[in-house]
Amino acid sequence: MFETIKEFASEFFVTGDPMILGAQVSIALAMVAIVFVLTYFKKWRWLWSEWLTSVDHKKIGIMYIICSILMLFRGGVDALLMRVQLAAPELEFLHADHYNQIFTTHGVIMILFMAMPLMFGLFNIIVPLQIGARDVAFPFLNSFSFWMFFAGAMLFNLSFVIGGSPDAGWLAYPPLSELTGSPGVGQDFYIWGIQISGVGSLASGINFVVTILKMRAPGMKLMKMPMFSWSVLASSVTIMFAFPILTVTLFLLFLDRYVGAHFFTVDAGGNPMMYLNLIWMWGHPEVYIVVLPAFGIFSEVVATFSKKKIFGYKSMVFALMSISFFSFFTWAHHFFTMGSGANVNAFFAVTTMIIAIPTGVKVFNWLFTMYRGKLSFPTPMMWAVAFIPCFVVGGMTGVMLSVAPADFQFHNSYFLIAHFHQVLIGGVVFGYFAGLYYWWPKMFGFKLHEGLGKWAFWFWNIGFYVCFMPQYALGLMGMTRRFNEYNFDMGWQPLNVVSTIGAFLMGIAFIFQVWQIAHSIRFMKKENTGDNWGQGRTLEWSIPSPAPFYNFARTPKVVAQDDWWEKQQRRERGEADPAEVIAADNAPLEPIHMPKNSGIPIIMSGFWFIAGFGFVWDWTWMVVLGLVGVAVSMLARSFNYNDDYYVQVDEIERIEAAAARGAN
Amino acid sequence: MRPVFRKLSAMLSVTLLLILTGCSNEKYLVLDPKGPIASAQKDLILITVAICTAIAIPVFIITAVIVWRYRERPNSKASYKPNWEHSTKLELTWWGIPIIAIIILAIVTVNYTYKLEPSTAIQSDKEPIEIQVTSLDWKWLFTYPEQGVATINYVQMPVDTPVRFKLTSDMAMNSFWIPSLGGQLYTMSGMAMTLHLLADEEGSYYGSGANFTGEHFAQMTFTANVTSQEEFDAWVEDVKATEAALTEEDVVKLKEKGTHEVAQFSSFPDNVFYDIMMQYVEEGEKGAHAHHVTTSEDAEASEHQHH
Repeated sequence: MFETIKEFASEFFVTGDPMILGAQVSIALAMVAIVFVLTYFKKWRWLWSEWLTSVDHKKIGIMYIICSILMLFRGGVDALLMRVQLAAPELEFLHADHYNQIFTTHGVIMILFMAMPLMFGLFNIIVPLQIGARDVAFPFLNSFSFWMFFAGAMLFNLSFVIGGSPDAGWLAYPPLSELTGSPGVGQDFYIWGIQISGVGSLASGINFVVTILKMRAPGMKLMKMPMFSWSVLASSVTIMFAFPILTVTLFLLFLDRYVGAHFFTVDAGGNPMMYLNLIWMWGHPEVYIVVLPAFGIFSEVVATFSKKKIFGYKSMVFALMSISFFSFFTWAHHFFTMGSGANVNAFFAVTTMIIAIPTGVKVFNWLFTMYRGKLSFPTPMMWAVAFIPCFVVGGMTGVMLSVAPADFQFHNSYFLIAHFHQVLIGGVVFGYFAGLYYWWPKMFGFKLHEGLGKWAFWFWNIGFYVCFMPQYALGLMGMTRRFNEYNFDMGWQPLNVVSTIGAFLMGIAFIFQVWQIAHSIRFMKKENTGDNWGQGRTLEWSIPSPAPFYNFARTPKVVAQDDWWEKQQRRERGEADPAEVIAADNAPLEPIHMPKNSGIPIIMSGFWFIAGFGFVWDWTWMVVLGLVGVAVSMLARSFNYNDDYYVQVDEIERIEAAAARGAN
Repeated sequence: MRPVFRKLSAMLSVTLLLILTGCSNEKYLVLDPKGPIASAQKDLILITVAICTAIAIPVFIITAVIVWRYRERPNSKASYKPNWEHSTKLELTWWGIPIIAIIILAIVTVNYTYKLEPSTAIQSDKEPIEIQVTSLDWKWLFTYPEQGVATINYVQMPVDTPVRFKLTSDMAMNSFWIPSLGGQLYTMSGMAMTLHLLADEEGSYYGSGANFTGEHFAQMTFTANVTSQEEFDAWVEDVKATEAALTEEDVVKLKEKGTHEVAQFSSFPDNVFYDIMMQYVEEGEKGAHAHHVTTSEDAEASEHQHH
């Protein structure tokens, strides 16, 4: 009996590695500590009713952001481990299998469990406020999306301590990711972690398309919509078309592994190349999914801190939508070297270059938004300005990679690694940081400490260039990605050392940010004025910070593109608002229709987690249990008619009065 | 257009090297080509760098000037026009600039894409020789059908002679890359890809498997030894005289997962390359890519179509 348990445990848990043992122990300790704190302070009920079951888009957004910061830590530690391993030739720090796991999880986590939730967090918090809505179109679905993401992310991360991490690269090319190449459960954790969270992403995409198309305040024509909301629309439409491809692709890979199908195997008529095509048909749009909202953030931040209207609004909208369209026609540039022939390569080279055109136009428009403006440089604006040169270089190297015959020399080398980190960090991460700093006071009612923020900014920026510029050079030296070691004779060491130093500088920057958040929570002054920066342009700044749970006491009437800014300008000039605005502002308060909190999303996602875990280990009883739980949760949802309520006028009055007092 | 590019690219190559290296050029394999393919690819890289910098540098300057001039400060003399949001002339200009740059780049790229298509034979007075390349987990097997010898983890080739590499894989997809000689091409199970390369200078060049294939993928580096025709012939004779043969049993062992020392063999089983390539294809079936060549005769036939 004891022997069987021991045998099972040694297969179930990852054993024999001191680093992972340390992780297991600290995870267990952290869980005990959390349970203890919640019990000691009697916070379980509060946590459940205020957060876990909440359908409030702002709270869901905050939970997304907390998760993404935790995932940034995990992915960042992975990155530092890799950089340490590469700092010297033939170093014995990480074994090959361990290194392979780490670069795989680094990639998956940073894209799917760091960038995506940070993006959805900002979507959630800002979009309804910006378009004058009380919530997203489907609040219950929104909560479900978050918990599906959470379940998927946890399932994926669990593989680190239970069963073993996936190690076939972040896109898991077959036949390496098939049973023949990866017999362990790591690859199954990969499939189900991504699959479950992918359903959440798809649902979020649909939710935001509907929210933006149907829930805008009266008067907000599409062409008066703030640029961030436009970018969310572009990104969400892309999600709607791209994520089903991912789901189907991973499902086929699952069938290969689980029931012995032969979609992507090398034998029995399978075709691994089909997987490469399919995964990149999702994978390429995916990078635009994460970068388009960053473009939107830059547009907001640059306009606000230049005290000036965004330049070339129509061009910007057209550029966003055309990038989202063309992103679906470039996927084969990820494998020019597959030898598909000159016709195919020429086509995909040209479509890839075309994307540079609208992107270039956006850069010019940001520059000319600043031109003839009045620029101030608080941290959000610093990130936005740092983004421009960084992204220009990243875009240029992207164009270099799109030149198919030259790509034969860049492909899979560190040149490529440097390029995509430059657009993903310099574009996406810088952008989301700008957004996070910019909207932080809107979320919490206080600003983040500027001094610490500046330290973080400089460490991030200097660290970034020190880390990734040498990697372009290493690529030209012939250094291939995913090497866990290299020969001394290649002369790669000096630049690798420089690169590792840069990575640690970014690690220090992250510590500054954590410090900054902790310090600001403790010491920063509450400022409940709605317009925390004093020069906000769009509707989210017209209501108190943090926004009341119903957002807008009265539905606003929109007359201009930068509605809030125009209103302030009218006030300064002593002009009266248009009659319809006055009417809307002075309309009598009415009871507000709101969705009720629900525990079903978290429970249903929990059952998905159980089903996924069962699939990973091929435990049928567990799969059945999980899927039955999912079905029961769905039934419970469909027969629950008590899912809404009205906020009464006197409560609204009380909350509004309190907010007005706080503002004074 | 061309000579301008040449001049520009020459200038840029110097600056690029000064910026990037500060030390020797030799380490930058991609920028130190030892054959016509790598050389053409380097030219192309420098052309794109030239086009890109021509746009990037003005953008940097404009950014710096705007950020400095329009920063908010007391007594700023810079103009402030908060509602200036549109100018057809300006916007047409910066739709125009990238469009023109991309059209130029697209023409150059498409042109080079056909010129450097890896399956196109290289113009030369000499007849090309064929070397078959098989990527296994985690070693490279090279078989020389015309010479009848085989090597592991290094490839021997004569200088100034076009080499027609035939690429396949036993299992996971890898990528065959000798940066000094030219760009890489995937090795894939069930098909034989063709990559033409030529070395115009003798020497030993670094080669690697550029696509991740699992645990010990980093051990899949190899050397490409380029010697004179005489030395190459002498090497063949020497291998034939002194080394053992590669047997069917050896091949079975090679297919097992693991790394391998550098080795050479006086002979190899007939059709070992095509057997590995076709091992998963059942009889009567066309295989994964029916249009890719399946036998050496087909290979010859398709070769002629390219001319």
